[in-house]
Amino acid sequence: MTHLDILEAESIHILREVAAEFANPVMLYSIGKDSSVMVRLAQKAFYPGTLPFPLLHIDTTYKFPEMIQFRDEFAASIGAKLIVHTNTTAIAEGANPFRLGTQKCCALLKTRALLDALAAGGYDAAFGGARRDEEKSRAKERVYSFRDELGQWDPKNQRPELWNVYNARVDKGQHIRVFPLSNWTELDIWQYIERENIPIVPLYYAKPRPMVVRGNALVSLDHNAPLLPGEKPEMVMCRMRSLGCSHCTGAIRSEADTIGKIIEEMKLVRRSERENRVIDHDQEGSMELKKREGYF
Amino acid sequence: MPGTETSLLRFSTAGSVDDGKSTLIGRLLYDSKGVYEDQLASVAKASANSSGGVIDLALLTDGLRAEREQGITIDVAYRYFSTPRRKFIIADTPGHEQYTRNMATGASTADLAIILIDARNGILPQSRRHAFIANLLGTRHLVVAVNKMDLVDFDQSVFETIRSEFSAFLKKAGAPEALFIPISARDGDNVVSLSSKSSWYTGPSLLDYLETVPAGAESEYLPARFPVQYVLRPDLDFRGYAGQMASGVLRQGESVIALPSRRRSTISRIVTFDGDLAEVRAPQSVTLCLSDEIDISRGDMIVPERQLPHVTRRFRAHVVWMSSKPLEAGQTMLVKHTSHQVRALVRKIEHRLDIVQLDKQQTGRLDLNEIGEITLDAHRPLFFDEYSKNRWTGGFILIDPLTNETAGAGMIIAAEGREETRGPVTAAERVSRFGHRGAVVCVEDMDAAVFLERELFNLGCNVAVAGRLPSNAATVLYSAGMLAIAVGPVMPNAIDARGLAVAEVLELLEIRGVLTGSRPRLIEGDGI
Repeated sequence: MTHLDILEAESIHILREVAAEFANPVMLYSIGKDSSVMVRLAQKAFYPGTLPFPLLHIDTTYKFPEMIQFRDEFAASIGAKLIVHTNTTAIAEGANPFRLGTQKCCALLKTRALLDALAAGGYDAAFGGARRDEEKSRAKERVYSFRDELGQWDPKNQRPELWNVYNARVDKGQHIRVFPLSNWTELDIWQYIERENIPIVPLYYAKPRPMVVRGNALVSLDHNAPLLPGEKPEMVMCRMRSLGCSHCTGAIRSEADTIGKIIEEMKLVRRSERENRVIDHDQEGSMELKKREGYF
Repeated sequence: MPGTETSLLRFSTAGSVDDGKSTLIGRLLYDSKGVYEDQLASVAKASANSSGGVIDLALLTDGLRAEREQGITIDVAYRYFSTPRRKFIIADTPGHEQYTRNMATGASTADLAIILIDARNGILPQSRRHAFIANLLGTRHLVVAVNKMDLVDFDQSVFETIRSEFSAFLKKAGAPEALFIPISARDGDNVVSLSSKSSWYTGPSLLDYLETVPAGAESEYLPARFPVQYVLRPDLDFRGYAGQMASGVLRQGESVIALPSRRRSTISRIVTFDGDLAEVRAPQSVTLCLSDEIDISRGDMIVPERQLPHVTRRFRAHVVWMSSKPLEAGQTMLVKHTSHQVRALVRKIEHRLDIVQLDKQQTGRLDLNEIGEITLDAHRPLFFDEYSKNRWTGGFILIDPLTNETAGAGMIIAAEGREETRGPVTAAERVSRFGHRGAVVCVEDMDAAVFLERELFNLGCNVAVAGRLPSNAATVLYSAGMLAIAVGPVMPNAIDARGLAVAEVLELLEIRGVLTGSRPRLIEGDGI
């Protein structure tokens, strides 16, 4: 068996364990490449049946428009139940990334919205597509990551996880975040997408796009992002390496317009995937802090 | 970076701030380009806060703020890197005694363990602890990396002293033989390629060995075990049992038994999203369909008819205790084993193991990070193999039913008490008990029959002379799993042993698959 076969079998095992042991699981669907792989693995795990849990998208309303179109078409095509949750209160009160800054915006439109959606649905397990190779605090996270009544993660008090035997015990109000892709790397994801012919959002493919060049970053103009003095949009051949909100996800300059070329690019790339995610870098150890508060 | 046709090796490391473990991992990640420039830059930023100057490769791996602040590794972290030959998953664990549970966690899935020894300090208690735990958790391959050889001028005698002393310890602990490599993680000597500074060393570099050592394949050669995770019933026409092969191979058309019901059936289909398979091998995840409508649910196990696991309520196990609340006899815990969860009473704490001195100490309890041997009485029978034979069906976790914490990790040593019997006795159970299959053996006359009966009986066979009784007597004995010796004309399906010496009869029985080896009791699966 190849490394992809082994990773696939391990992920399917995790998906089935959760479906069997939890009363009310849900799968966080972020529309990105990792979510696409996670959904395909779930289709495999329950074939010839359909997914025994709904997909949940936390929509900040600041996603790239292409993502939303892809989301709706994709969920319909596989017959999955899709739940979309937005922190409408915060948005009505004027929350947006341009005014609040990224930390506050993320706390309200992602973390708060997620915790509210999990509580509203009464979910006792939530799948996420995070991988341990993404960020150093994620390297320490369990496959079954326990969250207390407030949705918080306590990195110093995690349950030991041995073999492929997972402790699924939670009390009322607590839940488990489950990461079936824990052992996958970014390259594994792309190789699997190629092997399995998995549909992905076209933003991953390079094409000329109108962007603002801000320092080393390429910033999208979607959602009427305000320009700084002297800035002018220009057409840049680029693509997204990871997908988030349009304002906080920088593009990378790239000619890779096919999966094969993306994989070639991956093998040469010397910068990490989340480098152009603004929220990861606003302070040292910031992902760990966000995760403690309930972020995925 | 791997192509799509590469294999996967999982290995563990253990160590503390001083022995260079994080530096070694940083070195492997850095030299195999498993780390990105911006991650290096953030490490450089953090290094400036503490040491200044040289980039500290250790900071690449210590992920939590508390770890970076205190300069220690607290928890298991998983790291990934790959070469054109292989993808690697490193379980990076702390080495101090108070983190024994994290070491055991990291070792539980590892094919290989790297034990780091600082050449200047020689063997420390924690080197022994790590080797012992790796072996207890069933790690097949051990590498002893004698690090900081640059600080002892690559002196061969330093290396050889450590090698002979540590080899003796491994032997006493019952661990497999280890490969010893002299390295400098800081400078990279013998890590990726061989160093000219240690021309006396003739073995492979560390990475060479990691790329070529056999990875995880042995579970394919064990008896097949399929714990049922989930019953798939998308419509009235389909009923399938979803699970991951824990070990071995099952084929379409194969006769199987479902535990605990002991109902027999045949595998009619092996279903996957990508089409049906003719066979499934560990660790594939598939869905099995059976030709009979039998009652199977999550926690049951599908096994081959002739290779049954143990089925008992009582068993003895090694336990690594992971809770601050001690383990004592009389407590009730939840045992989670494969896809099966059951309450169990802690019957007795047999003893505690001192894993540095390798001796057994009498005790009534096990405290956090202690390792001991216990006997458990489960409320329902477990289906298992000894951990030393099969890590996936011999390992379990203990969950505290009140706090829900994972309080211990268990490795089954042996079944205790009577193996469970329920329902009609099956052919497989008879095989397990007698050590041979049933057969009718024809000899020329009564003298030969009596002679052969004595010989086979002395060998431990369940044998009887059917003599000149009607042919159905031999058939009855045969179907009861016995060796029936008949006299006279050869019956259909009988083994013709007329005119043969005892040794020749035994050989013939072996060829026909009635006995395995020259003695009975050698057929796999000594359960029931």
